[in-house]
Amino acid sequence: MTARLRSETKVEAASRGGDRPATLRVALAQIAPVLADRERNLPLHLAQIEAARQQGADLIVFPELSLTGYFVRDMVPDVALGCGAPEIRRLVEAAGPAALVAGFVEESPQHRFYNAAFYAEGGRIAHVHRKVYLPTYGLFDEQRYFAAGDRLQAFDSARLGRVGLLICEDLWHLSVAGVMQAEEVDWLIWLANSPARGVDGPRIRTAETYDHLSRCFAQMLGAVVILVNRVGFEDGLCFWGGSRVVGPDGQLLAEAPLLDEALTVATVDLAELRRQRTITPLARDERLLLTIEELNRIKRGRYDS
Amino acid sequence: MTPDPAQESLRIHPELVTEILCRFLRSELRRVGFRHAVVGLSGGIDSSVVTFLACRALGPENVLAVTMPYKTSSEATRRDSRAVVEHLGCKNLDVPITDQIDAYFRRFPEASQMRLANKCARERMTVLYDQSAAFEALVIGTSNKSELLLGYGTQYGDMASAVNPVGDLYKTQLGQLAGWLGVPEAILQKAPTGDLWVGQTDEGELGFSYAEVDRLLVLLVDRRWRRSELVAHGFAPEFIDRVAAVVRRNHYKRRMPVIAKLSQRTMDRDFRYARDWGT
Repeated sequence: MTARLRSETKVEAASRGGDRPATLRVALAQIAPVLADRERNLPLHLAQIEAARQQGADLIVFPELSLTGYFVRDMVPDVALGCGAPEIRRLVEAAGPAALVAGFVEESPQHRFYNAAFYAEGGRIAHVHRKVYLPTYGLFDEQRYFAAGDRLQAFDSARLGRVGLLICEDLWHLSVAGVMQAEEVDWLIWLANSPARGVDGPRIRTAETYDHLSRCFAQMLGAVVILVNRVGFEDGLCFWGGSRVVGPDGQLLAEAPLLDEALTVATVDLAELRRQRTITPLARDERLLLTIEELNRIKRGRYDS
Repeated sequence: MTPDPAQESLRIHPELVTEILCRFLRSELRRVGFRHAVVGLSGGIDSSVVTFLACRALGPENVLAVTMPYKTSSEATRRDSRAVVEHLGCKNLDVPITDQIDAYFRRFPEASQMRLANKCARERMTVLYDQSAAFEALVIGTSNKSELLLGYGTQYGDMASAVNPVGDLYKTQLGQLAGWLGVPEAILQKAPTGDLWVGQTDEGELGFSYAEVDRLLVLLVDRRWRRSELVAHGFAPEFIDRVAAVVRRNHYKRRMPVIAKLSQRTMDRDFRYARDWGT
């Protein structure tokens, strides 16, 4: 029953979509933040926002933890911000009419620290995502420093339609992609701080993997996937960049260079969403209640005995 | 024929590796305000590769290759170092260490060859660090992954550096890189040696070849194969056990000295900051 109500809302949203422009300019701000130095990272953001606006960007996206850098470790409480912090307000104001996504360490009123990202449009923060899956293996130790988010909620944007905002490891979990499909997102914005590993071929292995994942998820979801990864080094780790926009047919629409800082602007044709969903209506055929039933069956077997 | 998983895992793409390592060197120097690098050049593959990388990354005029022969150092060592410097056109300083080493050991004539070798390595380290101050440079390390795992190096000697671009490359991978970078053929062909004493070779001293041990290490360390899987793949159990024991025994060389914990926050335990903190 809930599912039906949800689809009706969707139809309405789609018809409202008639007011939306036919194309959207997306700017990928592939930066190399200074580690744990917000004062130097703020002007870095402002310069990118300014350059992106000059190129007519409707949406400007920064990487994961763009305001602080990645290996913040014991600096986490020192670099954390509340969502209403003046620095964030300054960024949102600087974006003007453009929508803005950036990564930061969020401090909750309970003094929990999250690896978080905000989406702002129309001069206000419309959504904050707290990274759910904090990798703590191999070279990663995020759970030591961050609290894990507990929501995988998409949101409606006046500009874009339905949007999912995820951070790096979140999308290494198929369940998350499944939730995004159930949310029927039009856009999946995926912020990353992915370090290079695997140098046996001409392309960094990790970059290859993200290439596969971004194309695969775009096609499976019938959504535009925006991946923004940082560049630069921290303690010997090489963040490889390669930010990109992938169309709902899985085709690469724009790609930032590997390893170099860059502002890459791509134009996305919104009609492509309709075309792809007409050609391959996967979300239409999705059986959410069946999925829930099957998951409940598994849950009963595993936890209710 | 099925490809050997060990050889597959050791394969590198030299151009990509060079690209990453040159960017790494530039980034690590510039973020702390340096433009210059100092390398201790022995004429072996490792230090030659590092000198080549540093020159590519920073320009030869910003690289000082310091040669530090002891009286027993071979003619090949001197000749090959000269060839690298001439090929690259970097700065070169020759600082023989015979006088100070011999002056010290006149008091300890009974000292073993090992003590002499370690003392030479540490003497070279102090020369490099002093020259780095004079040249306003950082010392670039040359220890490779095979040596670091096997502990085949002198702690606070050749293992000491500010920045090490090759510490995650096995010896045989450095060979692949060296060939691509254009390191002179004579260096590629000769047996690896620390030139610790006349006729010394790494492989003679270790008791196995880098080609053999790298195949084992990459499966054991990087691919996380279990002992039984390694045996089934054809590695001799005694060889596996011996190498695993050497890796374990030398772990102290890869860590900071142990600090007795007394307070809430102790260096490297619960006082955790990235080395690149604030840069």
